[in-house]
Amino acid sequence: MARITRRKWLAAAGVTTAAVGASGLAGTTSLFAQEATPASKHNYKFENISPRELIHRRHLPNVELITQDNRKVHFYTDLVKDRRVVIQFMFARCKDICPVITHHLVEVQRLLKGRVGRDIFFYSITLSPEEDTPRDLKAFAKKHGVGPGWMFLTGKPDDILLLRRSLGFFYDNPKEDADRNNHSGMVVVGTEPLMRWAMCEGGANPEWIATVIRTEMDAPFQGAVDGIRQADPAVHVKAPVNMKGAGQAVHVHK
Amino acid sequence: MAHFSKRNRRRERETQQALNNRLELVKEGFTRRDLIKMGLMTSAGVLIPKVGLTHAQTTASFSRGCYSGCDVGCSPQPAQVFVDPMPIPPELPARSVLTDPGLNFGARPQICPNNAPNPNNGNLPFEGRGQFNGLVVPGSDCFQFFNQYPTQKYFVQRIRANPNFRITSDPNIPAQLIWGFNLGASDPSDVGTFPGPTIRTNYQEPWLIRRFNELPTQSQNGGFGVPEMSTHLHNFHTAPESDGGPCRWFFRGQYFDYYFTAQQAGFSIPVNQGGFAPNGDPRESLSTMWYHDHRIDHTAENTYKGLEGFHLIFNGSDTGNETTGFRLPSYPAFDIPIILNDKLIDPSTGKICFDTFRFKGLIGDVQLANGIVQPFFNVNKRRYRFRVLNGGPSRFYQLFLTDPLSPSTVIPFWVIANDGNLLPTPIQVTSFRLGVAERYDIIIDFNQVKSLIGSHTAVRLENRLRQDDGQGPTCEIFPAGQGTSCVEFRIGAAVADGSVDPATHPVFYQLPTVVTPRITRNFIFDRSNGQWVINDRFANCNELRFTVTQNSAENWVLINPRSDWQHPIHIHLEEHQILSRVNNSGRYPSRDSSFSRRGDCPFGGGGGGISTTRPGVPNVEVSRKDVTQLQFDENATLFFRFRDFQGDWPMHCHNTVHEDHAMMLLFQVQPGVIDNNQNP
Repeated sequence: MARITRRKWLAAAGVTTAAVGASGLAGTTSLFAQEATPASKHNYKFENISPRELIHRRHLPNVELITQDNRKVHFYTDLVKDRRVVIQFMFARCKDICPVITHHLVEVQRLLKGRVGRDIFFYSITLSPEEDTPRDLKAFAKKHGVGPGWMFLTGKPDDILLLRRSLGFFYDNPKEDADRNNHSGMVVVGTEPLMRWAMCEGGANPEWIATVIRTEMDAPFQGAVDGIRQADPAVHVKAPVNMKGAGQAVHVHK
Repeated sequence: MAHFSKRNRRRERETQQALNNRLELVKEGFTRRDLIKMGLMTSAGVLIPKVGLTHAQTTASFSRGCYSGCDVGCSPQPAQVFVDPMPIPPELPARSVLTDPGLNFGARPQICPNNAPNPNNGNLPFEGRGQFNGLVVPGSDCFQFFNQYPTQKYFVQRIRANPNFRITSDPNIPAQLIWGFNLGASDPSDVGTFPGPTIRTNYQEPWLIRRFNELPTQSQNGGFGVPEMSTHLHNFHTAPESDGGPCRWFFRGQYFDYYFTAQQAGFSIPVNQGGFAPNGDPRESLSTMWYHDHRIDHTAENTYKGLEGFHLIFNGSDTGNETTGFRLPSYPAFDIPIILNDKLIDPSTGKICFDTFRFKGLIGDVQLANGIVQPFFNVNKRRYRFRVLNGGPSRFYQLFLTDPLSPSTVIPFWVIANDGNLLPTPIQVTSFRLGVAERYDIIIDFNQVKSLIGSHTAVRLENRLRQDDGQGPTCEIFPAGQGTSCVEFRIGAAVADGSVDPATHPVFYQLPTVVTPRITRNFIFDRSNGQWVINDRFANCNELRFTVTQNSAENWVLINPRSDWQHPIHIHLEEHQILSRVNNSGRYPSRDSSFSRRGDCPFGGGGGGISTTRPGVPNVEVSRKDVTQLQFDENATLFFRFRDFQGDWPMHCHNTVHEDHAMMLLFQVQPGVIDNNQNP
């Protein structure tokens, strides 16, 4: 169809009216009472933000956290950026779900055969920053037999709240959300530079959790059509200097 | 673009043209006033209220504001609705196995997977069939019954991205990146579309579809979606190797052959053993199906990205020709598929967004029908068959016909099929309730509609069920005209109508006989620490929870102990019948946490009544089904037969967010195994 000009359309209007089958309704006011915003107000101004940057802004705030070794780190830049990560929430005095999930993740860590701390990083963040000191977290990790490359983190309560909400570990219902013992058992599994985020269930069978983590982390690197390895540059681990997991040494790859 | 029929090509062109025309109009500086003067914007051009869906929840979820940027009440809206025509997806062309390059890539379709390494794809096997959790399981997933029912029809689809997809002609809303199924050509211009091309097949004509995963790399996903594919045909009677289940996904650069015997259930059981060899029980015929991605943990984002399409199957009764068989309105002229989806648009970028960090369920505030924001559709004054599918991810719909100029006018229509299963006879209703993945085939007689609305010329398919979040619907039905209209039907001239009048009570298939089950099993669909469980356990591809004896009958009691969540539960392999829908009332203690009691308000049948023989079951659900909504505090007893195939299939919530987190189990069917676990 040829390009339409305003004039052409006005000339054709009568015909078109019939053609769209809308005749007889024109000028009805009752319906237009519902109309709200003129089209002109819909001139949205959209930004050109990369999806990765959007996820960073909304879900991965760069809040300051404190490790079980009393070291200051920044969540995004030090812990998540360019990394494969596994994130969950717990608190040291939790009697119900946390020990189960921690126990499962310890088993998962074993099943991942030394990858934790090398190219996959585990983070457990406290839900009770008011009471969990780094020392409490370290004791918790020790008690549960946590291996190297797995950090336990606390921070300012407001920052932890922001982090918890940003990562989806919250309930819309405030009463439900306030019940710490009912906290989310989710485990976030992500590969930050690839914008690949999944959740698995901390209460699930550890072998299955390990399978999910492995496939989440490795599936994007299967195959080489159109040079996927070039297109998806390394999600190689950047192990920050002087950073330790809850266990002894960090295994630094390369 | 290659190989689609003349009709579809024309339709595509028309649709595209209409979109272009509107873009031109806007570019040329037409104001709304101009358009109204021209009569171009009448009832059709009612402007959308400021915050999108009429009466949709207009505030973002609890105390989040538009904090995440991707939430209900935050989406930029097209300036006008009912200005774009509803597109009809093109039909997928059949291909020649002898000459088509796709069907000769690697190797022609063969009974066992082509696990030969492809040196051009990192030595991954050419074919993804035979992989489980992404790992090759040697010797697995050969096609069952492949030689008994030789393939008669071949198709190819390439799963591709399309960065230029428009959901509205409004130039203020930018083009979207979608992932979709294409028409099978290798030419780059044959991009993925949403909805995918409609696949049309016939019973007793076995078919095979080779799907290529040609998606871009993970980092090109635009923020959500994982490029690992498993395409489920919902809900054909299909062996696991071709079913497209959650654990059988394949990688980029691989293909996957899906083979279908095209026989109704019961085809392998000899007649003298109560079976229907060799072609199956005609009463088990399906009609309206759909295909969609089913990758475990990522189904919600992948289907949200556009990986959904219709698959229609016909037979000697449901012929697609209104002069033969059941004389249902002729396909494709008067037999129209409509997929409904609600989306969120990111206010920062104008792009469709999906929050991968939320897991209660996701509802949108931009309503699509066949991929277009609230379109119109021109109809003639005669009967039409509409196949209405809820494409998810989480919303429930209760759909009415509304005259926008006289909302109080009650407009009845006919339900003829539930989940693609023709009812014994049509049932007149004024509304129906549609959970995710459910399909209702309805007949609207626009001649009768016209007589009800007098001089008015349009009616709308209106969703009047209020739903504020992903938990499930509320108990509230909006007043007529105050819900969200999904499509506007504009009624034109009368044309010849050779289709059967549902008011004459034509008879379709009788229901298959219900027999005494070998066992009754109970399944509690519950919430646990914010995640989703069936009988207290999570989805796990490595765990087959129980075994059904092949060719036996079972009753499954699906239980929702919560009065604040609802779940549309889907079971693969076989259609079921709902024997009862009962309030738990003490039998299963309510686990309502008293956080937000919503009460007991089951779907009342939409004017079609409740069964006199099946307690609590609306007449429109006295049918075969493959998705059963679990309403508040309710248990539903389902009757099944498990026939013909061996292997594993899932049962899961089809609120795809709940499904991904992780309300799913796998069961298996094996001959001669007796598993008497009643609470597996």
